[in-house]
Amino acid sequence: MSPAVRFQNVSRRFGSVRAVDGVSLDIEPGEFFALLGPSGSGKTTCLRLIAGFEQPDEGHVEIFGETVEGVPPYRRNVNTVFQDYALFPHMTVGENVAYGLMIKGVPRAERQAKAKEALAMVKLAGYEDRRTVQLSGGQRQRVALARALVNGPKVLLLDEPLGALDLKLREQMQEELKTLQTNLGITFVFVTHDQSEALSMANRVAIFNEGKIVQVGTPSDVYERPTSRFVADFVGSSNVLPPEFAGAHGGTATWTSLRPERIEVVSANAAIPSDYAAAKGLVSAVSYQGAVTRVTVMTEKLPLVATISAGTTLHKDDRVMLQWPKSAMVAMGDDA
Amino acid sequence: MTVALQETRRGIGGTISDVFFARPQLLTFLLLTPPLLWIGVVYIGSLFALLLQSFYSLDDFSGVVIHEFTLSTYQQLFEGSNVQIILRTVTMAALVTITSAIIAFPIAYYAARYARGWKKALFYLAVMMPLWSSYLVKVYAWKLILAKEGVITWFAGALHLNWLLNGILGLPVIGGPSLSFSYLGTYLVFVYIWLPYMILPTQAALERVPANFIEASADLGADPGQTFRTVIFPLALPGIVAGSIFTFSLTLGDYIIPQIVGNSRLMIGQAVYTLQGTAGNIPLAAAFTIVPMVIMALYLWMAKRMGAFDVL
Repeated sequence: MSPAVRFQNVSRRFGSVRAVDGVSLDIEPGEFFALLGPSGSGKTTCLRLIAGFEQPDEGHVEIFGETVEGVPPYRRNVNTVFQDYALFPHMTVGENVAYGLMIKGVPRAERQAKAKEALAMVKLAGYEDRRTVQLSGGQRQRVALARALVNGPKVLLLDEPLGALDLKLREQMQEELKTLQTNLGITFVFVTHDQSEALSMANRVAIFNEGKIVQVGTPSDVYERPTSRFVADFVGSSNVLPPEFAGAHGGTATWTSLRPERIEVVSANAAIPSDYAAAKGLVSAVSYQGAVTRVTVMTEKLPLVATISAGTTLHKDDRVMLQWPKSAMVAMGDDA
Repeated sequence: MTVALQETRRGIGGTISDVFFARPQLLTFLLLTPPLLWIGVVYIGSLFALLLQSFYSLDDFSGVVIHEFTLSTYQQLFEGSNVQIILRTVTMAALVTITSAIIAFPIAYYAARYARGWKKALFYLAVMMPLWSSYLVKVYAWKLILAKEGVITWFAGALHLNWLLNGILGLPVIGGPSLSFSYLGTYLVFVYIWLPYMILPTQAALERVPANFIEASADLGADPGQTFRTVIFPLALPGIVAGSIFTFSLTLGDYIIPQIVGNSRLMIGQAVYTLQGTAGNIPLAAAFTIVPMVIMALYLWMAKRMGAFDVL
């Protein structure tokens, strides 16, 4: 079976800027796929290439095996949930949801029934006759979702779907989106700059930097086995060890990632287990963050960050030992 | 040592600012009262006086206004030539409005959606510049363009298109001895003069339609024509209606353009001008003035019922 979305060496330039630069990517049917990266990294342009709002300058985009070059957005079987929802202010909630069906010429009674159903699916049953200006941010998000899904797209595109919502609502919507995607079995492709959102919702993640994909994998792949300094640093936070340091502390002499939560803080004269590496240093900062505490320790060569469970008696300038399992050191290669 | 919690007051200006800060409604009251009085007394008051006048009548023999309530003046409005004047003016105003809307929309759309930087500045300049010069100068300029010895006749001659010009002038009703003595000429000048008043509100309305509405409708399957009909046009409608209020009411009331460019048949504005001046028939002039107001009120009521203002 052909992939839901295939990018073959796709580039898109704006003036002299290569917004998307030689991207190749396969997104499988039924995947919940995240395009993750900082702003300006090309992830949104990739989404717009799938939707049809942009055309590639080079390369090739396929949706379910069909090439979509030159196919305008209104003839593609994909739908988008826009970042600021783009709900039409001159229509009611029900008319907004039924818009795509109206355009297709579905009879009024049928499209009203389908809109009702779609609104119920996003837990907004009975909102048909409201005006969109009366809705909260979370409700608008749901209407936008219903408006896209009612058309039965083969691929649903979501552009920073939760960006405008507050934290509690965002966590709730993350779960609902996940459930919805599992139940519907539609391929979801979403763009986000929030790594925790990507890790918690997606089956697979593509990480973008400067128009290129730097790593593709499952959330645990990209978190636990970053292949570059950029990924190690962007996905979660990480201690990036230079080759000399890594080589001298139980790893291989190459750029290496070490997650803060794998580092333990022990007393300066503690015995080090054989499969552990260690470094001595002075505590330079202690930052309480609720569930965890971040401790920054200045070792001989470089500062290392450790996160330990909350409640610590450490203070600035305490002399401590840091120790971590050698297996926690992830070698990333030289060109990283 | 104590630290001063309050800054020292800075003179009389500071005191006044403090008073206004403490009572924001006071400032609003002071700012709004003079213009509201102006509108209330001068405008509404004189309108009311006008309305009153229209219920009086003129004694045909003495030429004196009889200050007694009567509907006979309104009855005169519906007699022969007066009805003709009203129908002629309303038809002209409607045609001018429709034409302006059709010409204005693409210009406004381009300016709102595509023009940026110097192109936008050029747009504003091009639309506003005609408003900087005197209205009379522009109308007389058009008279010269449209006259029998004017630019258009000359061009028609040079291009061997006299037959076309004569054909157009030979058309019943809209034609005449020359463009400057025909309804067609009056219409052309009206459209030119009022066009900016249609472009600017339409452009302002289109400016408020976010680009992603157009993407959203395309995403939901609407081709450009469907997007125009179901999204862009409905959202621009309040602007078009606002513009049409200008073009329609300005045409209804104008008495200079048809005087300078046009045939001798009167429009409402000219009728009012003649009646209150030489004829001294203030009641009938007042009744004529009420006509555009009633038409505009009806028009707005219909526009509201059709949902033209729902997005405002």
